[in-house]
Amino acid sequence: MLPNTIEALVKIALLIGALITAAAYFVLLERWIAAWVQDRLGPNRVGIPLTKIRLFGLGQPIADGMKFIFKAEFTPGHVDKFIYFVAPMTIFMTAVIAFAVIPFGSVLPTGIFPESWGVKEPIQLVAAPGVDVGMIYVFAIGSIAVYGVVLGGWASNNKYSFIGGLRSSAQLISYELPLGLGIIGVVLTSGSLRLDVIITQQAQTGVWNFLTQPLGFIVFTVAAFAEAARLPFDLPEAEQELVGGYHTEYSGIKLMMYMVAEFLHMITASFLIVILFLGGWHFWALTDGIHSAGGDMVTWTTAILRIIVLLVKVMGMILFFMLARWSWPRFRYDQLMDLAWKAMIPCGLVNLVVVALWVEYGERLAKYTGLPTIWCMVALGWIILALTWFVFAWFDPTACDNRPRHRLISPDHQTEEIAP
Amino acid sequence: MKPNDNSIQWIKEPELGMAGRSYLMLFIQGLTTTIRHLFSRKMTVQSPEEKHEIPDPIIYRGVHRLNRDEQGRVKCVACFLCATACPAYCIDIVAAESPWPDREKYPQSFTIDELRCIYCGMCEEACPVDAIELTSLYDLSGKSREEMIFDKEKLLSIYDQTKDLEPSRTERLKKG
Repeated sequence: MLPNTIEALVKIALLIGALITAAAYFVLLERWIAAWVQDRLGPNRVGIPLTKIRLFGLGQPIADGMKFIFKAEFTPGHVDKFIYFVAPMTIFMTAVIAFAVIPFGSVLPTGIFPESWGVKEPIQLVAAPGVDVGMIYVFAIGSIAVYGVVLGGWASNNKYSFIGGLRSSAQLISYELPLGLGIIGVVLTSGSLRLDVIITQQAQTGVWNFLTQPLGFIVFTVAAFAEAARLPFDLPEAEQELVGGYHTEYSGIKLMMYMVAEFLHMITASFLIVILFLGGWHFWALTDGIHSAGGDMVTWTTAILRIIVLLVKVMGMILFFMLARWSWPRFRYDQLMDLAWKAMIPCGLVNLVVVALWVEYGERLAKYTGLPTIWCMVALGWIILALTWFVFAWFDPTACDNRPRHRLISPDHQTEEIAP
Repeated sequence: MKPNDNSIQWIKEPELGMAGRSYLMLFIQGLTTTIRHLFSRKMTVQSPEEKHEIPDPIIYRGVHRLNRDEQGRVKCVACFLCATACPAYCIDIVAAESPWPDREKYPQSFTIDELRCIYCGMCEEACPVDAIELTSLYDLSGKSREEMIFDKEKLLSIYDQTKDLEPSRTERLKKG
């Protein structure tokens, strides 16, 4: 009992510390990338406090944090006080506790605790190891995060916040469907909702899920961008249109909670994409050596290499998130909804049906063609992707007429239909 | 303007081809543009260690100066044309009888509120004797509002500072 408690507490402390620090430094990275893409240098002045050492601006997060803490925290008189206070806590808390089931490595070798304590199992690098509903838990928590946004927008009693909250509730709820459809394919092939099992399955076959299910990967990634409310889907807080969206009326530490939660969502989304589709900690010839689920004996080198590989992949994904912000223009609100309901959900369904059929009849098909099963599936996945993409581009379900309604400008209906 | 206004001409949007509708080319285009800029040369000038390079200091509109003539006297004849032309009303001149025989008046005091000035350069254009000019000094700062109200001595000292780098218009005309 005692070793387990110690283990859990150490992992929780490590996770929370690492996450908050990471979120602070990702703010700096975001600003750097924004600056570099715009041919600027970005923050490079703040170094070690009270000295003149600059350290490429690595002290900036400390300054940012201090600023947020010591800034005047202003609560407008017209807000609903209780909900106004609860909303940022909700979004921050849910963003943090979603990490309980997300693995940040595979396992550590045995022998950390003294032998007399009787610990047989190697330490799993998850805050809550062995949660069988892993994915469902992440989704449930992700859905609660919407409340933080909606309640914040509602409690602020301000039209910008309100529109931001409305937009984001519609967006986040819509994009949960393709997000779910994207993972059902993965869950079908791996046969488990546990994230560590999903990684192990990819490590055993040596073929990552984005190769076998490219369509599911695209649907999931797009939906994850929308769920993290990142550009090109950052409609909830489109600063050019809505001042700041749902957090217009927030300041000081409450605003910081929203900001940190936003970055934590991005980190969660990157972790999920990497774990579900990009092989988690697996990298060919580097972190192999797994033969049965969780039962492999890892050395310290392998364990650390696996953590590094996973974190490097997540870092790459986050860099892509940040680059994407400057690469493509924001979707208009109706285009965003069209994309979810008319393109992403059908694509996700196609992927789901193909994977389900494969799970049922795949072996027979592979035997028939004579190819190795996994490569047969890879080929099928890419053919389905090309076909679906072509069909969707051909029929273009998201196309819309951008002009004001024609009837209004045709001579027959000139006067009566135009509102004063 | 209502949607049925006759002066509106609705232009049909160009049809998207397969490349546009598949969104693939746009995806690649956007990403290559950002990645190219990520590694391109940065334009930032690291003020205050580095200074902006001013392409042509003659036409730059920075802090004002009051020019001196060959004998070191203030050139201004207190005609009030600059104060009249000034859209921000930041020039204040007190004229007095000139102690020199070649002109009737001279400015007893000549103050410019640099905080009020909008640096439009109208005073420079209005001046009939090229006495007031805008220099290329752009980083002026002060600790109080009073400090930013420049009097005649201050404006003349700016001329002494900048006359070598930026000769006054009269001197430039003389050189041809």
